[in-house]
Amino acid sequence: MVRMVLSRLVQAVPSLLGVTLIAFVLLQLSGDVTQLLLPMEASEEVRADFRRAYGLDRPIPVQYAHYLARLLQGDFGQSFSYRRPAAEVVLERLPATLELSAAALLIAVLIAVPAGIISAVKRNSIFDHLSMGLVLLGQSVPTFWLGMLMILVFAVGLHALPVSGRGSFAQLVLPSVTLAMWLLALVARLTRSGMLEVLSQDYIRTARAKGLAEFVVTARHAVRNALVPIVTVVGLQIGGLLGGAVMTEAVFAWPGVGTLVLESILKRDYPVVLAALIMVATAFVLINLLVDLLYGYLDPRVRTGAQRG
Amino acid sequence: MATWTRECERGRSVAKAMVLAADAQESRGRGDHQVLWRLARMRTGWVGAALLVLMIGVALAAPLVAPYSFGHMSLENRLKPPNWLSGGSSTHLLGTDPLGRDMLSRVIWAARTSLGIAGISVLVAMVFGVMMGLLSGYYGGWLDGLVMRLADIQLSFPYLLLAIAVMALLKPTLANLILVLALRSWVVYARTVRGSVLVAKQREFVEATAALGATDRRIITRHIMPNVIAPIIVISSFQLAELIIAESSLSFLGLGVQPPTPSWGGMLSQGREYLTSAWWLGVFPGLAIILTVLGINLFGDALRDAMDPRLKV
Repeated sequence: MVRMVLSRLVQAVPSLLGVTLIAFVLLQLSGDVTQLLLPMEASEEVRADFRRAYGLDRPIPVQYAHYLARLLQGDFGQSFSYRRPAAEVVLERLPATLELSAAALLIAVLIAVPAGIISAVKRNSIFDHLSMGLVLLGQSVPTFWLGMLMILVFAVGLHALPVSGRGSFAQLVLPSVTLAMWLLALVARLTRSGMLEVLSQDYIRTARAKGLAEFVVTARHAVRNALVPIVTVVGLQIGGLLGGAVMTEAVFAWPGVGTLVLESILKRDYPVVLAALIMVATAFVLINLLVDLLYGYLDPRVRTGAQRG
Repeated sequence: MATWTRECERGRSVAKAMVLAADAQESRGRGDHQVLWRLARMRTGWVGAALLVLMIGVALAAPLVAPYSFGHMSLENRLKPPNWLSGGSSTHLLGTDPLGRDMLSRVIWAARTSLGIAGISVLVAMVFGVMMGLLSGYYGGWLDGLVMRLADIQLSFPYLLLAIAVMALLKPTLANLILVLALRSWVVYARTVRGSVLVAKQREFVEATAALGATDRRIITRHIMPNVIAPIIVISSFQLAELIIAESSLSFLGLGVQPPTPSWGGMLSQGREYLTSAWWLGVFPGLAIILTVLGINLFGDALRDAMDPRLKV
């Protein structure tokens, strides 16, 4: 197990290096930094001094090495607009995004897993057709448009819930349901297909032949095995959740990392944009690592490297 | 004696190889009728196909079916509600926007933009991704390592956040938009094709054609490609749906299609500002997106089930 953890950690290193390289290249492509930071009327001499002072006159690979060294020390550069370290600005907004994503994840899993199980057990029933129809719809709706519809119906029409902002529980409802929808659809569909596959296995027939009650067969024999791959899928979709969070935050003016990135783009505060990009990507790589390990824990066949059936 | 045995051996293996190569010829093209037949039996697939054809037809025929041009302004008709509501204008079926532009016409013209951009992006991603998948699967080695590493790095980013950063730091031109969208999909093609190639390479008929002296190029185009076409078609339909949503998300944020070119996402960002006063601005472009994407998904599901019933979920 220790060896597996170590080898996975080592495998994550090139991905993380790649992430920083892409961020660096993007910064290079975004244009001349002196155009951005110095006043328009600054002379070429002043600009040259500035470049020298910040090491911008050195060869690109050297600049990247310095950039990387600074990142490793937790230095993501200074935010132009906040005049504070960019990492600090991003970290401040992180709890809001995590809160929104966690709420969405909870809603999605709590509804989708039971719905998927019932759909599979009662295959071709009205419930099955209805929920699979909703799943299809859920997968076809853009997150931001769903958010707008939610606002239109529940806030503008029914005056039942607040339109935007963060702080109270009521304010969390619309954004988290909006963000959950797409994941909900995905998980419900996968749970159903996973259950259908497990239910056709020999050991389920054996369990039934032993005379076990149908509920025991479903709950103890089928669900446990069907859920193992779902854990992986849900884990791997956390990145998608973070992406969807950007759109949801934009629609509901939720003060998370997503809105921070969008605001910073308008202010051309690129250090903040890149700090957010790198930090979120790093978190994402680490989450995937955890999911892999969790999968190994849940399914011993993966851990020992045996062939998966 | 030994020479004679060797000759016999060689003769037998050549004969065997030729039989297998003939099998390979036959295996291509087999099952086409079954695919069409299974596809025809799926009702939801037909609904999806109809929606898709409708949307593509409307997009292509925009100048003929749209009552107005997308930029036609009529300032005395600003923010008119849809035709069937009180105060609605008889000449503007779905109402007008704050500049008095006809909503129906703009939704129709935007179909051109959104479907066109997503379609081109899928093609770009397909060509690049399939090529990468074929090369890395067939040749393996350092090339394989490099391509798969690139894919890993890209998948380390939540896509939308990466797309937003790229579009913001570069300029939001059409070419950049297509590149960024293609970035989303090439990995899917590359990984799938690579997997199929690895399987196909092991098949006896491929080894046999190689033994008969076929060139790499011939093996790839004649024997491996036909095996990856079915997954490519299925992936393309789902990627088209995905990219339509991605494009509209970027345009919604002002980082995709730039005005005055109409796009569904761009129209929705205007609709958001008027959500409390003029709901139709925020509803109809969204309906267009969902109908299109739903159509593609229904069709894609049917297509996948028809081409490979084992993949059915």
